[in-house]
Amino acid sequence: MSFWHVVGAIVWKDIRAELRTKDIFSSMFVFALLSVIVFNFAFELRVPAMKMVVPGIVWVAISFAGTLGLNRALVIEQDKGSLAGLLLAPVDRSAIYFGKLLGNLLFMFAVEIVILPLVMVFYNLSLLSADHLLVLLLGTYGFAAVGTVFAAIAVNTRAREVMLPILLFPVLLPVLIAGVKMTGALLDGEALSTLGNWLQIMAVYDIGFTVVAYLTFGYVMEE
Amino acid sequence: MSHTDATRRAAMARPADGPAMIELRKLTKAFGSKTALRGIDLRVAPGESLVIFGPNGAGKTTLIRILANLSRPTSGKVLIGGLDLAAHADGIRRYLGVVSHAPLLYDSLTAEENLRFFARLYDLADPQARIAEMLALVGLTGRRHDLVRTFSRGMVQRLAIARALLHDPQVLLLDEPDTGLDPQAAEMLHGLLVQLSRAAASSPDAMRTIVTVTHSIERGLAIADRSVILAGGQIVFEGSTAGMTAADFRPLYDRYVGGGR
Repeated sequence: MSFWHVVGAIVWKDIRAELRTKDIFSSMFVFALLSVIVFNFAFELRVPAMKMVVPGIVWVAISFAGTLGLNRALVIEQDKGSLAGLLLAPVDRSAIYFGKLLGNLLFMFAVEIVILPLVMVFYNLSLLSADHLLVLLLGTYGFAAVGTVFAAIAVNTRAREVMLPILLFPVLLPVLIAGVKMTGALLDGEALSTLGNWLQIMAVYDIGFTVVAYLTFGYVMEE
Repeated sequence: MSHTDATRRAAMARPADGPAMIELRKLTKAFGSKTALRGIDLRVAPGESLVIFGPNGAGKTTLIRILANLSRPTSGKVLIGGLDLAAHADGIRRYLGVVSHAPLLYDSLTAEENLRFFARLYDLADPQARIAEMLALVGLTGRRHDLVRTFSRGMVQRLAIARALLHDPQVLLLDEPDTGLDPQAAEMLHGLLVQLSRAAASSPDAMRTIVTVTHSIERGLAIADRSVILAGGQIVFEGSTAGMTAADFRPLYDRYVGGGR
């Protein structure tokens, strides 16, 4: 079976299961919504312009909700023993990584599709430009690419819910800072072409961690 | 058991001469300062049913996890079908089926969806026919469209056996498959395992090497050609137990394990 057929089978399975349980989406969505609402009340009338705080709010909501989703996605597999079922299959373990990565990415995009319009309504700003969407796409991919590997590491530890953010956020800092900086600059009216350095950081991060994850995921999954 | 079966099983009980389906050489596994397995040497012949007994913490599950390529030994070698598991893991996994106390299934998928998913991973030629055959074997055809989370524990374990046999593996690893089952469900599952063990013994087509880890001496002996007692990470007894009853075996077990079960 080809590599991408395996990836497709894992994504199909994750989507099918999630459509029935909504375990992952609901926990991510509620957390992201709560962040957006709480920050709105905290900053309303206290900051001169909402666009000064919106980049931080967007990326905090994405990263915290994403962490919840990554944790759930692997914990569900581990608790039912189904992760071992996947590892027993005669497939390249990096195909399992890409299957889980794409599943996590889809769930994160699904939350963003719902949350971004709410951010725009609450904060009266537009994030619906191609530049904004590209930054969100690259940032979310970087988050999921690294997060999937770290979630696989954390799921085998005793305090796995605590362990994931402790392991993940220091490594995520470059992509989160680049995301906040670029979202802020775009809201200030700058063109994406003037943000080449940040964009490069994000792109290199995405590619670099995808390669590292591809090469190491098999070892990560073994005891 | 027919005379031919009995003869064959007796022959199987001498695994050391011919080529082994499973061979462990000086296998050791340590978790930090705790050593779970200490220099295990073991051979299992093709088509043989080996049962591993032992108290909690003896290293039985660790041994099965290493055979299933879910855990890496600290030192030593595992050969399956003559191939080194460390070097040929992806290829060898195709020939392994595993049933453990965890079902290794997705409870928010139906029985058929679970099997279809694994059929895709194992790249089966005619998945639909094989899925139907396996569901019939474990008596779940009527529940094929039901979510696994609606199943009883016994039904989940039967479906786990269907999943493990889906790709017709040559080696079946069973790690306490009846844990958590009520006596009736455990008996039903045991019946299925006896059926598989006898099929392996009576037909070359169904020849399957089975390694079972269990606490139940009665059930273990019913499917064993040969038994091993593991204690403190070492094999303390290894020998033919074909035709042996639990009453015969228990004193032996108590002698090696020290009376604790």
